[in-house]
Amino acid sequence: MTPPLTRRGLLAGGAATMVGALAARPTGQAPPAPAAEPFDGVHQAGIATPPQAHAVFAGFDLRAGTGREAIGRLLRLLTDDARRLTAGRPALADTEPELATVPARLTVTFGFGPGLFAAADLESPVRPLPPFKTDHLRKQWSGADLLVHIGSDDTLTLAHALRMIVKDARAFARVRWTQRGFRRTASSGETQRNLMGQLDGTVNPTDLDRAVWISDGPQWLRGGTTLVLRRIRMKLEEWDATDRVGREFTIGRRLDNGAPLTGRYERDEPDFDQVTRVGFPVISEFAHIRRARVEDPGLRILRRPYNYDEGLSPDGRSDSGLLFASYQADIERQFIPIQRRLAEGDLLNEWVTTIGSAVFAIPPGCSPTGWIGERLLA
Amino acid sequence: MTTSQLVMKGMTMSVRRMAALCLIAITLSGCGSEPTAAVPAPASPAAVITPAPAPTLTIVDPWVKTTKEGMTAAFGTLVNDTDADVVVVSGASPLSPKIELHEVVDDDGKMIMRPKEGGFTIPARGSHQLQPGGDHIMLMGVTEEVKPGAQIEFTLTLKDGGTVTFTAVGKDFAGGKEDYQPGMDMGES
Repeated sequence: MTPPLTRRGLLAGGAATMVGALAARPTGQAPPAPAAEPFDGVHQAGIATPPQAHAVFAGFDLRAGTGREAIGRLLRLLTDDARRLTAGRPALADTEPELATVPARLTVTFGFGPGLFAAADLESPVRPLPPFKTDHLRKQWSGADLLVHIGSDDTLTLAHALRMIVKDARAFARVRWTQRGFRRTASSGETQRNLMGQLDGTVNPTDLDRAVWISDGPQWLRGGTTLVLRRIRMKLEEWDATDRVGREFTIGRRLDNGAPLTGRYERDEPDFDQVTRVGFPVISEFAHIRRARVEDPGLRILRRPYNYDEGLSPDGRSDSGLLFASYQADIERQFIPIQRRLAEGDLLNEWVTTIGSAVFAIPPGCSPTGWIGERLLA
Repeated sequence: MTTSQLVMKGMTMSVRRMAALCLIAITLSGCGSEPTAAVPAPASPAAVITPAPAPTLTIVDPWVKTTKEGMTAAFGTLVNDTDADVVVVSGASPLSPKIELHEVVDDDGKMIMRPKEGGFTIPARGSHQLQPGGDHIMLMGVTEEVKPGAQIEFTLTLKDGGTVTFTAVGKDFAGGKEDYQPGMDMGES
């Protein structure tokens, strides 16, 4: 048979052009391989993966009567979708296979909320956070039985992956919330900046085996982690009224390069003991970085936040903030003490309010023939 | 390679061209440049070949449309790794006592589904797509609900008497409705 070279060449060339444009390469060069993040592995992708520019967190609630067997079927289907799409291949029965060819570092990460364990008649390793006095939680942004977190450097790829996942999840679960976010690409070389202009994520753990990946407790969860997802609304109009000195004092860091107020560079260790000539701490007792400080690197949380910006009110006020995604081996030991200190006294609280909160156990990754959650549900 | 034409909403597209479109994705993802080199994804139920005589036939990405009852269809890509044509003459599954090998054809402007005379021929070193709107394995009377994610066993019988068994996964799928419209000319069996 004669292969339809012209058609294939045209389409492949089109895809290559898209990839080439993304990478800003001169024309004429051999097209680079589509950037794909491996799906299979000890850990799920999308956590230690350098953050992609775009993300969506989708929270699902299982339909009544969806028990352990059905959850297993659901996760086999979704794992299969994720494995194919992250490799740049169409999902099974994909009605838009052409949208799958540019993975753009697509990752799909699954998390199990307390309700999933209840539905499967299993003990949950995670429970909702205790209340904090600074919380103003809304039901529409809180909780969920199943999390699907999708990230990609290409928004069309992201939309297609979400749509495929939702189509396969629909028989089992209802969508409780979708939270979309964005950030600079990892290739910018800069620590993430949030919409208040601050660098966010300077002090992340480097030893993920200690701080993030679970190595004890139930067998099925080893190699996994936990996620606390908080929707933190920013009062940007009030922030607008705060001058630069006040902003830096609030955080304890300079805005331009993120250096602590006692240092010159972003990575300089803050000197919390340094005082001004009149005897006040240079980094305030209530500065965000002092309140959030964790000395033991093994107890630090992995912050992988995304900004959200849902549009404007008629008078131009923004609905913006941060999807604060925190990964840690142990929520009680790592996340909660930090959040307590922040709730008790963080200057930043003046401008931010947590309006959503959800916790998930993130199962480990799986082998090329396995599926996410199989050690728990099989 | 079949050259039967599908007429879909005024657009004509040959099966061969549709197959080519699907294969482009595989080529780009680096799984191989030849159609037959396309390896089934590990998660999809693997085809199991009984030690029948010569012909080896595999099915890549088999799936079956979910249904509560009645009729449904199974799809996938039949891949022939031999140097001779392979012909599938019948199919069977515990799910449905009656199974037919169907094609969808344009009969004077009307899409009709009917048993494919002679079965599915998979050319030597070639492949044959079973897909909504095209050739498919038709389950005429499903005896129990096909749930999403279900694993459904199938056996295909080849012209030479050999058999191929595989497991198809249940998938919700909104399309393929032309298969189930009441009053459709089912052709002669």
